[in-house]
Amino acid sequence: MARKITYQQAINEALDQEMSRDQNVIVMGEDVAGGSGAPGEQDAWGGVLGVTRGLYAKHPGRVIDTPISESGYVGAAIGAACCGMRPVAELMFVDFLGVCFDQIFNQAAKFRYMFGGKAETPVVIRAMYGAGFRAAAQHSQCLYNIFTHIPGLKVVVPSNPYDAKGLLIQSIRDNDPVIFLEHKALYTMEGEVPEELYTVPFGEAAVVREGHDVTIVAFGRMVQKAQEAAADLQKQGIHCEIIDPRTTSPLDTDTILESVEKTGRLVVVDESHPRCSMASDVAGLVAEQAFDSLKAPIRQVTGFHSPVPFSDALEELYIPSAAKIVSAVKSVKEYK
Amino acid sequence: MSAIQTITMPKWGLSMQEGKVNGWLKQVGDAVEQGQEIVEVESEKIAGAVEAGATGVLRRQLANEEDVLPVGGLLGIIADASVSDADIDAFVADFLSNFKPADGEEEDQGPTTQKIEVNGHKLRYLKRGEGGEPMLLIHGFGGDLNNWLFNHEALAADREVYALDLPGHGESTKDVGEGSLAALADTVAAFLDAVGVASAHLVGHSMGGAVSLTVALRHPAKVRSLSLIGSAGLGNEINTGYIQGFVSAANRNALKPLLADLFADSSLVTRQLVDDLLKYKRLEGVGEALATLSGNLFADGRQNSVMADQLAALGKPVLVIWGEEDRIIPVAHAHAVSGKVQVEVLGNRGHMVQMEAANDVNRAIARFVG
Repeated sequence: MARKITYQQAINEALDQEMSRDQNVIVMGEDVAGGSGAPGEQDAWGGVLGVTRGLYAKHPGRVIDTPISESGYVGAAIGAACCGMRPVAELMFVDFLGVCFDQIFNQAAKFRYMFGGKAETPVVIRAMYGAGFRAAAQHSQCLYNIFTHIPGLKVVVPSNPYDAKGLLIQSIRDNDPVIFLEHKALYTMEGEVPEELYTVPFGEAAVVREGHDVTIVAFGRMVQKAQEAAADLQKQGIHCEIIDPRTTSPLDTDTILESVEKTGRLVVVDESHPRCSMASDVAGLVAEQAFDSLKAPIRQVTGFHSPVPFSDALEELYIPSAAKIVSAVKSVKEYK
Repeated sequence: MSAIQTITMPKWGLSMQEGKVNGWLKQVGDAVEQGQEIVEVESEKIAGAVEAGATGVLRRQLANEEDVLPVGGLLGIIADASVSDADIDAFVADFLSNFKPADGEEEDQGPTTQKIEVNGHKLRYLKRGEGGEPMLLIHGFGGDLNNWLFNHEALAADREVYALDLPGHGESTKDVGEGSLAALADTVAAFLDAVGVASAHLVGHSMGGAVSLTVALRHPAKVRSLSLIGSAGLGNEINTGYIQGFVSAANRNALKPLLADLFADSSLVTRQLVDDLLKYKRLEGVGEALATLSGNLFADGRQNSVMADQLAALGKPVLVIWGEEDRIIPVAHAHAVSGKVQVEVLGNRGHMVQMEAANDVNRAIARFVG
């Protein structure tokens, strides 16, 4: 069997292999080298959680620590991409999006369109997202839906190590701006990952589990929670089909619709706030295009319309749990 | 044989840790013979049947349909009618109290794959068993050593059996060079040298059969016998729609209907099988390797190397096994080989006959190589 590595190692390996393959790939961000360049650089930290550790020594000059100025270095990365580089800029926590939103949604996302299709912007912006780390309201959000709203951005939310490596390589090779979002709680997840380079295409959902009773569409870390719920429900005689879209933009609507046409029931699991979310987006899609197949109302299992709480107990309550998914699935299965 | 025999959850492939019971083919009280299929189970990857290890009466079914058991878990009990219920109950209680499922987190207690450098290729292989006359299993186009997951352990009961990933396949180097049968055969011969095997029984499936034939022609001293399963190299016809479709399929929806052609029972094409093959096809270099091989071996809608009439001169024993419903290479080719040949055609089975009728294929090969 293929060797097992963590989600975090898979991301590091994808960056390393792509930097070796293509000299135009550079990594930049706050602390990505992590004190490199000073004595002791061999054990430099490599990002807040060590994702880029070791890259500085292997690719001298191409891992660039930046000042604490997202609007500056994200703008610089986008500019470098326009001029032929393939920068991977790290936004650290996705919550910091606010200070560089113009660079991303009004510049990077629009260049191809504004310049009559003649401009390419092959930039990747990586960021950590998600609750569960007791990191409080300003470091715990799930903001993929905000990027998904903007035409011109591609948005990637890998749920496991295999997808993380293949989707990151695809992101680096893509000629459009890609937002690559990594759930903090998945960094230690292990899985089989080929040593070789490979890509996972955008807009192709994974069918994580097959079943005929209820379709569960889940994003990022929620795929794990959905799997826990489905294993429990299987023992109770309810067979769930789990779909992991892998990218929210483009979204593989065909796989979702085909599944709902088979099962007639849909539960969407999304860790973010419920309003204008991926959950409401998928629910709207299915209500509009597969209404005749539905045997029960669509259920959404999401966070709350509140900041992510700092209190342990409240934060756990905020995050969709397997138990909440089980109860949502049962309610649609038993609906008369 | 002891009076009480267990039927346990098999381990099909290195990654299998548990299996689900799909249904019993024999009921409690039925007389069963050694080798009869007793219960159907499935892993994530594949479904199959578990055989009786002994002749007797099925006395207990210890798992119901849909139950999920760890590998080695107790499915049922076979014993003579004369064995008392009390003895069986005591045996079961003893088994259950001593049974510890393998911990999935630990590295496999069983054999693991290895890599070896041969002619500039890094080849992955798996060795099982010890002693005896060695055997080598060679998979087909787009396959890998996991194609033998129902066969490898059974064939290795009394000999060392190697299975390898050919260049361009599995976890071996993806560079196939010129991509000819001769080049593949020379790599296989060099592999045997590298693992210290002077000569082996070659078992080849599909394109792996054509590779085995080519090894026998180019390196006759390395070959003790040939077992050719749904083999290429015995006639011109081949389902090029499948070959070209497999090379070009870029997603699940394109690949899944093609894979149905591999089996007589298309329900054997599981989500996991499709996903595993997609993962393989997405590795860097695989697209080029498959295109090169298919361009050389199967250009213009036909097989370009037919070696059926050269075998008689070699004087090697040959076993030919085919699924009667093979939709990739026609079963008519089974009768094309001349010389010392045994032919086994299995009804109601397709191209992946070594998976669909694993027990029959294993027995035929074991009998043949002696």
